[in-house]
Amino acid sequence: MTLRDVVITGVGAVSPLGIGARTLHERWTGGACGIHDGEAPCAEFAPTDHMSAKQARRADRSTQLAITAGDEALADAGWADELPYDPELIGCVLGTGIGGIGTLEDNHDLLRDTGAESVSPLAVPLMMSNAGSAALSLRHGLRGPVFSVVSACAAGSHAIGTALRMIQHGEAEAIVTGAAEAPLTPLSRAAFGSMGALSPTGVSRPFDDRRDGFVMGEGAGVLVLEAGDSARARGARILGTVRGYGSTGDAHHITAPHASGRGGARAMQIALRDAGLVPTDVDYINAHGTSTQLNDRAETSAVKTVLGDRAGTVPISSTKSAIGHLLGAAGAVEAIATTLALRDRIAPPTIGWEQAEEGMDLDYVPDTARPLRLANGRPPVALSNSFGFGGHNATLCLEAA
Amino acid sequence: MATTTQPKDIEAMVIDSLATFGADPDVLSRDATLEEVDVDSLDLVELTQVVEEAYEIDLDNADFKQIKTVGDIVDLVVERVQG
Repeated sequence: MTLRDVVITGVGAVSPLGIGARTLHERWTGGACGIHDGEAPCAEFAPTDHMSAKQARRADRSTQLAITAGDEALADAGWADELPYDPELIGCVLGTGIGGIGTLEDNHDLLRDTGAESVSPLAVPLMMSNAGSAALSLRHGLRGPVFSVVSACAAGSHAIGTALRMIQHGEAEAIVTGAAEAPLTPLSRAAFGSMGALSPTGVSRPFDDRRDGFVMGEGAGVLVLEAGDSARARGARILGTVRGYGSTGDAHHITAPHASGRGGARAMQIALRDAGLVPTDVDYINAHGTSTQLNDRAETSAVKTVLGDRAGTVPISSTKSAIGHLLGAAGAVEAIATTLALRDRIAPPTIGWEQAEEGMDLDYVPDTARPLRLANGRPPVALSNSFGFGGHNATLCLEAA
Repeated sequence: MATTTQPKDIEAMVIDSLATFGADPDVLSRDATLEEVDVDSLDLVELTQVVEEAYEIDLDNADFKQIKTVGDIVDLVVERVQG
């Protein structure tokens, strides 16, 4: 069976760097940082700028972010006025780490303080982890496969990988995919803080010797993926190609990666093989790069395993240096940032990287974006990594158009 | 929340609540149908919660079976409050 190729025709994002996928790309490559006072909120986001009061009320903040990123992605793909395919052949697969936790907390407060009768009838549809996929399906009339993917901080990449497979195998002509997360809530802060995952200094400094934990952020990224032949037939503008996808499990520890990064290394190797490419084809790596001690060291080892002698020459940078860690949304927002970076043939920077740790000697692209060095004029290729608690690893192999 | 049981106050409360849920205030009136003001079953459950709390009455889903307009909702609440 010949698999269909899968192209990216639209992107949308709401991130701590602002509203819009291009805003994310331009501000990150320009060296801006969306982290303030140790957190990375989407400070420019006001839900009713983007949807009716009723729609906003019927959505947890995570879903409001997904709706807004989704509107941008569909418009970017040229779908604003009309869907280009039979709606039954267009699906929606979004990821999330924890779903509508803000709604859950608010309703738990009501339950505790005023009793069960005060709990909102909207609580369930707002907090369910599939609320984002449901909202985009309803809003745009998408009647193909619609569901959500949950794998902690790997959810966005798993969602995109799942969408890739569904189009490759003919289950859908197109999938609206990505992820959303709105975890800046009291319980979520306390829970991640309690486990020691958050940076006590409030600085996201991936791969730097001084890194001390991640900075939590919120946001959403949505991509429109289409079967390449169908997209070309309708004359779509193509931003890039999802060439491959690899997904593995560590079976090592509930939160810690194996020190060698072996699960992440296998995800990268499988994604490359899936793409029909070899390690020498990789021009850039968008790291998971959380700014935690364990992740960044294990990921560095994993990259060395995959790229061998070439590891030190391939630029690798972490979007989380600019927007913090968006948990389940990270992989989707980072896939968008990677796609636009490849389009412009640049490696965006790891902001704030200054001090090397012994043994961590990759090219982390400190502070300033730089042009990719490309051989033969072929479109550049990147790997985008996401690793989640539970030992869930997902790597996407993306190629510029 | 005001809890006077005058019909006009109940009407004001129902209309204010529906507006809070996102119904278009310019279209909201006694004669407006639920479709016209985009009020669905989830809105009615929310409204039930509000009026039960305010007037110490009990309503259930079956009570809303015959409801077509905003005025029907107001009349139902008035009937329960006065009954």
